[in-house]
Amino acid sequence: MSDNAAAIGGIIAHPAARKEATPRRSRVSLTPYGLVAPALTLMAMMLFGPLIGVIALSFTDYQLGAPSLSWIGLGNYHEMFADRVFWIAVRNTLVYVGIVVPGAVTAGLLVALLIQSGTSLRGLYRTIYFLPVMATLIAMAVVWEFMLHPQFGLVNGLLREVGIAGPSWLQDRGTALYALCAIGIWQAAGFNMILFLAGLVSIPKQLYEAAEMDGASSAVARFRLVTWPLLRPVTTFVVVISGIRSFQVFDTVHVLTKGGPSKSSEVLIHTMYTEGFEFFRSGYGAALTVVFLGFILILTLVKARLADRGAQYA
Amino acid sequence: MARIELKGIRKSFDATEVLGGVDLTIENGEFLSLVGPSGCGKSTLLRVIAGLEPQGAGEVSIDGNVVDGIRPSARNLAMVFQSYALYPHLNAFDNMAVPLRMRRLSTVERLPLLGALLPGRRQQERSIRADVARVAAQLEITHLLQRKPAQLSGGQRQRVAVGRAMVRQPVAFLFDEPLSNLDAKLRVHMRAELAELHRSLRTTFVYVTHDQAEAMTMSSRIAVMMEGHLVQVGRPADIYDNPRDVRVAEFVGSPKINLLPGRIRDDGRLEVFDHILRLTSSQTAGNCRIGVRPERIEVGSGPFSGRVIHVENMGAEAFVHLGHDGAEARVVARINDVRRLPEIGANMAFNFPADAVRAFNSAGKRIDVTAEQAERIREAALV
Repeated sequence: MSDNAAAIGGIIAHPAARKEATPRRSRVSLTPYGLVAPALTLMAMMLFGPLIGVIALSFTDYQLGAPSLSWIGLGNYHEMFADRVFWIAVRNTLVYVGIVVPGAVTAGLLVALLIQSGTSLRGLYRTIYFLPVMATLIAMAVVWEFMLHPQFGLVNGLLREVGIAGPSWLQDRGTALYALCAIGIWQAAGFNMILFLAGLVSIPKQLYEAAEMDGASSAVARFRLVTWPLLRPVTTFVVVISGIRSFQVFDTVHVLTKGGPSKSSEVLIHTMYTEGFEFFRSGYGAALTVVFLGFILILTLVKARLADRGAQYA
Repeated sequence: MARIELKGIRKSFDATEVLGGVDLTIENGEFLSLVGPSGCGKSTLLRVIAGLEPQGAGEVSIDGNVVDGIRPSARNLAMVFQSYALYPHLNAFDNMAVPLRMRRLSTVERLPLLGALLPGRRQQERSIRADVARVAAQLEITHLLQRKPAQLSGGQRQRVAVGRAMVRQPVAFLFDEPLSNLDAKLRVHMRAELAELHRSLRTTFVYVTHDQAEAMTMSSRIAVMMEGHLVQVGRPADIYDNPRDVRVAEFVGSPKINLLPGRIRDDGRLEVFDHILRLTSSQTAGNCRIGVRPERIEVGSGPFSGRVIHVENMGAEAFVHLGHDGAEARVVARINDVRRLPEIGANMAFNFPADAVRAFNSAGKRIDVTAEQAERIREAALV
């Protein structure tokens, strides 16, 4: 009896409820868009707008300050791929990334492990190794220029003490890029160290004790059993961040070598700067930027893939 | 199989003394529980035995060999941690295989790719696989071996942790509050399982817990620790029935022992709530405390009376809290028949037999008392 009443009530109530639901549903469907609108607007202005602008510009022959521009299609790209300097810049950038990323990651990890295992003055060492990150790289580059000076520099001075005649680092075609790599490692290691330290702190202490009880008596064995696997998510992040940052290398190159001698330390962003702001060939510069963005996109996709795997693993 | 001897173990963290000279011998094959309130130093003592914490003074020896200065990995002890401390990146099988791989394979053989190419590695790996499988079958976790710790429940992780400890057949097992992260029901279940495991392995177990029920139900001996000292060591029944210290009496047993304010009269007889007990003591006259376990309080009749403040019905039994005039502490009595529970606010008479009394002096030490009746009988016999 009561069931019947409820059923009848349901039938009567139903159309009314449906009428009410229609305006509410449209209000509900607008709310999320309203909520993401500010972020979308900002992203469109700051990210997508300039990105589309750069891609569009790379198909034109626009020159900075020129009153007109014309559509030349893939002309810039044809010129770029035929240009020897572009290929040198790509090769140098890849060499730079290939040296700085492993170097800065290893150095950061080693320093973090040393600081973590130390008993005193941890704060001091942390600050010392983090200083390069906080310092203005342009100013530091000037200091490096003095240190690497062939005659009066500290580096060659020290080498002379042990009887080695040091090269003129930044002026030598064979060493300029590698000197820049060393500076890049020095600069990035501190940042990586902080990330690794954060990762190390989050490893439960009991795991090391368990490893010790299980027979991992040497520090290397404990590192392989506990530290390295548990640091994997941090390491992935550090590698990708270091990769992106070293792809962007510009300030040290610009201050110390300007891509020289004879393009031996020319890197992508520096070529882009020279073409765009010294020769005012904005269209060509935009094409270079698109290539650069392509590299960054690949790195970001790799990171996203690895981060996904990291999430499954945790 | 090992006999563990501790001599005068002391340990301080900065200025605070955690262990103040502990002497203890753990016999071969024994299940010894270190029990005490949190902060009493029981975990530190276990870590000293394991070698994870160096002692400030004293000597640890295993099977007669002094192991001070020997690395934990070389002492051949296994430890089960409160958090289980399973390696999160390894599945249950690899977790259990770690102690075997660490011992049976060299550093080179353990290398990821190169190691697999070495001769003998395959055979070693096969024997490791067999050993892990045997222990897994014993613990009934064979179906869980491919799972990562994150995919296991608390009880399953517990079993894997025990398996990792068992697989290399250590001379003794050290347990650091291994059940405290489990829910109440599973804890009771695992209690029985661990006790059975001990019976089948017949290896020395040292078990740290703050839960007196775990210590009472599993161990062959209990060592009660308070403030860095061993207060009493003995069989569970002995600790429960014959506590030498008021802190032991209070710590062991649930609900807690009733402690009533008493007095030793000038003639040596004991008095509580102005009622003279048929007990005498040779101690000098003064205040004392009369301890009586809840199950020894007889309600219904007797010289004492109290008002019912609270009734806890556990289903099979019930505990009645009685407030007594002039006493701060409540008297808790166990009632076995839950069908006849008193009303709250009702007055209730109670009594306790003289042999249920455990008396403690004002310093908390046990006072030996003798029953008057017995003496009278003896006197009668002599006449």
